[in-house]
Amino acid sequence: MTQWIKVCAQGDVANEDVMRFDHAGRTFAIYRSPSNKYYATDGLCTHEKVHLADGLVMDHIIECPKHNGRFDYTSGAAKGAPVCVNLKTYPVKVETGIVFINID
Amino acid sequence: MTEATYPRDYSLIGRDAKRAIGEGLANAQWYAAPIARARLKELMRRSDGPAIRDTLIWIAAFGATAGLAIYLWPSWWSVPFFLVYGILYGSSTDSRWHECGHGTAFKTRWMNDTIYQLACFMIMRAPTIWRWSHTRHHTDTIIVGRDPEISVMRPTVILKLIATYFAIPQTIAAFKHMFIHISGRLTPDEMTYVPEMERARVYLIAHIWLAIHFSVIAISLYLHSWLPVLLVGPLPTMYGAWVHVMTGQTQHGGLAEDVLDHRLNSRTVLMNPVLRFIYWNMNYHVEHHMFPMVPYHKLPKLYEEMKPFCPPANTSLFDAYREIIPAWLKQRKDPSYCIPRQLPEGTMAMICPIATE
Ligand code: FES
Repeated sequence: MTQWIKVCAQGDVANEDVMRFDHAGRTFAIYRSPSNKYYATDGLCTHEKVHLADGLVMDHIIECPKHNGRFDYTSGAAKGAPVCVNLKTYPVKVETGIVFINID
Repeated sequence: MTEATYPRDYSLIGRDAKRAIGEGLANAQWYAAPIARARLKELMRRSDGPAIRDTLIWIAAFGATAGLAIYLWPSWWSVPFFLVYGILYGSSTDSRWHECGHGTAFKTRWMNDTIYQLACFMIMRAPTIWRWSHTRHHTDTIIVGRDPEISVMRPTVILKLIATYFAIPQTIAAFKHMFIHISGRLTPDEMTYVPEMERARVYLIAHIWLAIHFSVIAISLYLHSWLPVLLVGPLPTMYGAWVHVMTGQTQHGGLAEDVLDHRLNSRTVLMNPVLRFIYWNMNYHVEHHMFPMVPYHKLPKLYEEMKPFCPPANTSLFDAYREIIPAWLKQRKDPSYCIPRQLPEGTMAMICPIATE
């Protein structure tokens, strides 16, 4: 069943940045791209389970704070060593200034 | 935590590897200084400018020293130019390998990758193997049985240590590993940290490198000249290594093993601008380990931010070696000894694993 979960207000994530969001024992990373679009992925790096919210957003890339592994957060694609496994992504919508993610 | 047994087992598949996992020292949570996210973001920002500028100077220095060395050869006047060329070839490549391996030196990926491959060849570090060994070094810094980059094992063997300053053990190991890799194998230690999907690349690069090394020797023989082998291959790696070993051994030399706090097992040493150019600011080593996303040219600023949370930096190379050499000597007889670090008042050392979510 489709489950839209309220995450935060639009302005809570700075432009070209990432925020951690914990829900029901799971952790997610919520991104705001330079073009002001919102995206969501699993919150932990697929390499060694480090919180991506401590990383750096550069355009459509999130760089992991531990070993600088990079993912395209719009698709979840791992961009090379040391990350080899893609990130799971989640649909996001913004309604009346509130960001929601769809956790299946 | 259970007491370690001496001598330690530094292999990645032995007694201390099992101990590290059993004690929660592997893949553990480490101390991080409380730097505000906004400031950290500023410091992490990438740009191509500083590394392009430094690389242009670096290439020009290579060209000038090699050109003058060749021009003055075989006179003794060529020696100083070879010595500087050697430092560029066998020492400055340590930091280029390192920073470009992290992908932080340049903003543009292909620039990092190009300099990474070039520097790896010059310093004779198999690029794929070392990318992964360094990843492990950052996960489990100086954790015995986990970190493949512990360069001075205890008890200290002084002769071997001196030989590292001329890259003798490193070069022998590099060739030994190249021959293992061209036979389509990894060492048992390498198998613990290089994933299956990356191994074909290791074998391919070993073939290419050996082909280059043999070609350079063949050209030297054909020309009846030492020049090619003095300029490319293991000789410049060795005769130019001493600067990077001299600076590199300050990173962790004599400090604690098996702690989860980079302030206790890593060292920041203040150095002059020439050394910092060669070393690309790797002397800010506590800072680099704690926040590896900060590019080398921003490390001095990060150092300022982290000062309140860290032990005082060593004021010079001399100051660092004044504590490292006695520690190495002491560790010949007492491998459990390490240099104690005084943390600023009010900050706690992280020496034991803590429960993670
Ligand atoms: S934990 Fe993310 S790259 Fe290693």
